[in-house]
Amino acid sequence: MRKPMSCKDLVVLVTMYFEEALPRRDRKRFEKHIAGCPGCTAYLDQMRMTIKLTGTLTDDAISPAAEAVLIAAFRDWKQPR
Amino acid sequence: MTDREEVNEEEVVAALRAGDEAAFVKLVEMFNGTMLRVAMGFVSSRAVAEEVVQEAWLGVLKGLQAFEGRSSLKTWIFRILTNIAKTRGQREGRSVPFSSLDPREDEPVVDPSRFHPPDHPQWPNAWAAPPRSWSDVPEDALLSKETRTAVEKAIKSTPPSQRIVITLRDVDGWSSEEVCNALHITETNQRVLLHRARSRVRAALERYLDGERVP
Ligand SMILES: [Zn+2]
Repeated sequence: MRKPMSCKDLVVLVTMYFEEALPRRDRKRFEKHIAGCPGCTAYLDQMRMTIKLTGTLTDDAISPAAEAVLIAAFRDWKQPR
Repeated sequence: MTDREEVNEEEVVAALRAGDEAAFVKLVEMFNGTMLRVAMGFVSSRAVAEEVVQEAWLGVLKGLQAFEGRSSLKTWIFRILTNIAKTRGQREGRSVPFSSLDPREDEPVVDPSRFHPPDHPQWPNAWAAPPRSWSDVPEDALLSKETRTAVEKAIKSTPPSQRIVITLRDVDGWSSEEVCNALHITETNQRVLLHRARSRVRAALERYLDGERVP
């Protein structure tokens, strides 16, 4: 019998858990720990929220000047020489 | 999240080859922002990153007729981008992301002082200072512009390899397979980098949100 997972072990494995990359046995130990640990439950929720918030970020739109250069390059490219 | 919409790649490639300018503009608008974020992981400044991205688009045009569709269009574009960015970063004397280990990669994902010591009689390696639940943080505070700025700042402060991976995975919603293909990294490496990046962003958010709350 392996010793139970500690909080310090668990925080290292969260992304593996989310990605379903933990071996079955470790997944069971992970879930067992979570079920009895409010600290790690809060940690897991914070990681989920972090991912959610990161997903609300947006990329900068391309500057009109840069876009104009690319469109010119495209027109150039499609012109057979 | 710019590129979650489904695109039929074959149609896009055919349209581009046929000289369809609108299709090209659409493609540029879809990927340019992500390309810029990725390029910034390799080079010293935004201005240089913008040049790299421009150069990559020119490379895309140049290679388009020969593109065989063996990898996805997206993967192919980002390989062109990272090759150019790599060369440019090296010329600037920077270390290449994914090829060398940033010393910061070895840092623990959670401050070790937040756990009881391993020899604690009752709670070895358990939380001594557990995270607080954010369920009492009002939704509009969580989703405020200030919080997003804090997230953005935290991502910027991560080592380049981590920054690139979290951008593709969590900002742009790529799958792990797409990220591994575009960056030529293993699944395990990708996951480690993602986990470290997420952990840093979480810690920054915690400092931000808990610092703001009245005790
Ligand atoms: Zn725990």
